[in-house]
Amino acid sequence: MSTQIERFEDPGLPEHLHRKADTDPKAAKRAEQQVAILFLLSAVGTVGTIASYIWVHPQVYLYIPILGSTNVQQACIGLGLTLATLTIGLGAIQWAKKLMPDVEQVQERHEFRSSDKDRDDLTKTVENRVEETGIARRPLIKRTLGLALGLVGLSPLVLLRDLGPMPGKYLDTTDWTAGTRLMLDPANTPIRPEDLEVGAVAQVLPELPAGTERTLENIGKDAVLLIRLRPEDFNLDPERLSWTYNGIIAFSKICTHMGCAVALYEQQTHHLLCPCHQSTFDVTRAAKVIFGPAARPLPQLAITVDANGYLVAKQPFTVPIGPSFWERNSKNG
Amino acid sequence: MADKKTSPTTRTGKLAAGAANYADDRLGSAGYLKKNLNKIFPDHWSFMLGEVCLYSFVILLLSGTFLTFWFDPSQRDVVYQGAYTPLSGVSMSAAYASTLHLSFDVRGGLLMRQIHHWAALIFMVAIVVHLFRVFFTGAFRKPRETNWLIGIGLLTFGIIEGFLGYSLPDDLLSGTGIRIAEAILQAIPVVGSYLAFFAFGGPFPGTSFIPRVYMVHILLLPALFLALITVHLMMVWYQKHTQFPGPGRKESNVVGYPLMPVYMAKAGGFFFIVFGVTAFLGAVASINPIWLYGPYTPGQISAGSQPDWYMGWLDGLVRMAPPLETHWLGHTISWNILLPSLVLPGLIFVGMTFYPFIEAWISGDHREHHLLDRPRNVPNRTALGAMSIAFMVIALANGGNDIIATHFHLTINGIMWFTRIGLFTVPPIVFIITKRVCLSLQRADRDLVLHGRETGRLVMLPSGEMIEVHEPISDARKWTLTQHQQPEALPAPLPEEALVGWKGKLRKRMNEAHNVQVPAATLSELKELGDSHH
Repeated sequence: MSTQIERFEDPGLPEHLHRKADTDPKAAKRAEQQVAILFLLSAVGTVGTIASYIWVHPQVYLYIPILGSTNVQQACIGLGLTLATLTIGLGAIQWAKKLMPDVEQVQERHEFRSSDKDRDDLTKTVENRVEETGIARRPLIKRTLGLALGLVGLSPLVLLRDLGPMPGKYLDTTDWTAGTRLMLDPANTPIRPEDLEVGAVAQVLPELPAGTERTLENIGKDAVLLIRLRPEDFNLDPERLSWTYNGIIAFSKICTHMGCAVALYEQQTHHLLCPCHQSTFDVTRAAKVIFGPAARPLPQLAITVDANGYLVAKQPFTVPIGPSFWERNSKNG
Repeated sequence: MADKKTSPTTRTGKLAAGAANYADDRLGSAGYLKKNLNKIFPDHWSFMLGEVCLYSFVILLLSGTFLTFWFDPSQRDVVYQGAYTPLSGVSMSAAYASTLHLSFDVRGGLLMRQIHHWAALIFMVAIVVHLFRVFFTGAFRKPRETNWLIGIGLLTFGIIEGFLGYSLPDDLLSGTGIRIAEAILQAIPVVGSYLAFFAFGGPFPGTSFIPRVYMVHILLLPALFLALITVHLMMVWYQKHTQFPGPGRKESNVVGYPLMPVYMAKAGGFFFIVFGVTAFLGAVASINPIWLYGPYTPGQISAGSQPDWYMGWLDGLVRMAPPLETHWLGHTISWNILLPSLVLPGLIFVGMTFYPFIEAWISGDHREHHLLDRPRNVPNRTALGAMSIAFMVIALANGGNDIIATHFHLTINGIMWFTRIGLFTVPPIVFIITKRVCLSLQRADRDLVLHGRETGRLVMLPSGEMIEVHEPISDARKWTLTQHQQPEALPAPLPEEALVGWKGKLRKRMNEAHNVQVPAATLSELKELGDSHH
C-alpha cells in the first residue's frame, strides 16, 4: 500500500440550476401574483384590526373550545395584526425565493491577523506612550492613582445605603405576644375554640392595638394556621402538647424554606404541604419536616383561651419564623 | 462613453442616486455602502435562530412600550373599580389594579400583554436553541470567543429580565416568586438580611420593590441588551458568518446570497413572520391570566405555583435539594437554598462561559475556524452538550413535579426521588450513548462514501444470492462527508513538555478523549475497493 493517502477533493460549487420562474415567464407572472395577493391580504388585515378596534364591543366574551372564554375584540385585533404582519413576511420571502437572483456568490474572507510589522509597531507604540507618561518611573503617581481609582467606586455604593433600613431584630420577632387574641382572617374577628370543628383549618392573625392598620409586612410574618385535630391524634412531647388547646394547634403559616404560605392541608394524613417546593410537615408531630427541602419544622405558637373564652397566644413565638437568615440563632423549632 | 459618470435612467434609479449622493456628500458613505450591500450571507435554516432572538427583542420593546403607558408601577393601596367585576371593591396594589385595567378596559391591552409575554418566552427559547446551535457546530471557536461571551451575558440578563417582568403585575403568583427571590437574598451568608432589606426598602414585601424592579426592567436591562446586541451583531458582520461545510465552501471564503436584495427581503420578511406568529399566540393563547390569581398577600398562595420555563430548571433544583442547614456559632447557613439556587447555577454558568477556552486548551487547536463542525464529527463536545440538555430537562421536570403528578397520577415524592437520582445518573449515561451514536454516524458516513447509498433494488445473482444494489453518492456529498479534519492532520498535537504533572496528564487524557474519531473515508480506499470488487 502506498504511504501517500489520497483524500477526496472539493468538487467546487455545484452548477447553478435555474428556477421555473427564471425561464418560464408564466411561472414568473404566477409568482408575482402570489406575492401581490399576500401583500393585499396584509392590507385586509390592517383594515380588520382597525375595524375591530372601533366596532367590536370591548366587553363581549365568547366561549371557544380549548381556548376557553375569550374576549372577542382582543382576539379580533390580534388576528387582524397576525394577518397584517404574517403576510408581509410570507410575501417578502416568496418574492426573494421565486423572483430575486438565487445564484450563490462567493466572497473571500479577509484575514484578521495584521502583518508582523504592524503588530510590532503597535506594541512599540503602546510601550513608548506608556513610557512617555512616566508611570513606571514615578511610583508615587502610580500608587496614589491606584488608591484613588480603588476608592472612587465606593461613593456610589455608600450612596445606595439609604435603599432600606438595617434589619435589626426585625426578622427575629412577630406581632404575637402573650395574651394576643387570634383574629380570623379576613373577617378580623376573635375566635373561640368551639368555632373550629375537628378537621377544620383557619388562618388567623394577631389582634393589633387599636388604630394600627395591618400591612402586608405584618401578614408576611404573623400569618398563623389553626388546625383542629382529635387530641388523641397528637404525637407531641408534654411541653408542646401544653401549647395546644382542646386539639387545636397553631403553626406559623410562613414556610421555613423560602417563605411561601404553607396552605395545603391534607385532612386524612394530617400533612401540611407547601405548594412552592413541596416541603411536607406532619401536624401531629409539631410540623416536623417529613419530605422536601425545608430543614426546620414550622414554628408552633402556644395558645390558650382568655377569660372571655377567646383563643389567645400564650407567649410569642420562641424561634424566628420563616426562611433562614445568617443572624438566625437557634437550631430546632 | 466619454462621460465617466453614468446617470440613472429609471425613476427608482434617480431616487436611489439622490439619496445615496446626499448621504455620501455628508458622510462619505458610498464606498462603505457599496461594499456592504454586496456582503454575502450564507444560508441555512439554523442561522435564523439568532434572528428570532433579535426580532422577538424588537417585539418586546414595541409591546413593552405600549404597556408602560397604562401600567402604574406602584405598591400603594387602591380599591379596584373596573370592568372585571369579580374583583370589584377589592383592595390591591396600584400595579395589580393597572394590570387589570390594561387587561379589561384598554382595547388591545390584553393582546399586548399576551404578545409581550409570548415574545419573552420565544426570546428565551430562541436564545437557548441558538446557543445550542453555536455549541454543537463549534461556532464559538476562534475568532468568535468574544461573541460567545456576549451571548452568555445576554442569556443571563434574559433570565433576570424575564423574572423581573412577570414579577411586576403584583398578583398572587408573581408575589410568591418575589417572596422566593427574597428568601434567596436572605440566605446569602453574612450580608443576606441586609441585602434583602436594602432591595425591598425594609421588610418584605414593602412598597419599594416593584417601582425599583420596574426601572431595572424597562431601562437598565433593555439598555444593556441594546448595547450587547449591537456589539454581537457588529462582530458577526465584521467577522462574517460561519458556514456549513460543502462543495465550494472553504475556511477562506463565504458562499451565499448578497445582503441586497435577497438577504434583506428574507430577513426583513422573517421579522414580520415572527411578529405574526407572536401576534397569533397573543390573540388566541391566554397566558398569565393574573385576574384569576388575585392580588398578592403573603398569607395566601395558589396551588400549582409555576415559574416561566427558563426559571423552571432553577425551581426544580431548589425543590429537589436535600433539607440541609448548618447551625454554627449562632448563625444559620441554608445549604438547601444556597446550593441549588446560587452555587450550582453559578458553576454551570462559569463552565459555559469558559467552555471555548477549555476546549482550545484540551485540543491545543488555536487556529481560526469559519467552517462549522458537523456535530457527529466532534463526539466529545456533542456528548457534553447532550448531557447538559439531559441535566436541564430533569431539573425542569422536577420544577413542574406538581403538574406532572396531577396530570399523570404520580406521587410528588416519587417524581422528586426519580429526579434526585436521575440528575446524577442520567447525564453520564446520555454522554456515553451520544458519544457512541456520533461514532456510529461517522461509521455510517464512511460506509456511504465507500459503498454508496442503498437503492432498495434487490437483484438475484445467478448463484441465487440476493443482493441490494448500491449506488455511488455524488462527488459533492462525498466531499461533505469526508472534508473534516483528521486527528493526524491536527496542527498542534500537544507538545510533550506541556503534558507533565497532574495538569499535563489530565490535559493529555482529555485530549485523547476529544480526538476519538472514525477515520474518514479516503479516495485511496475507494479506489482499492473498486479494484477488488469486480
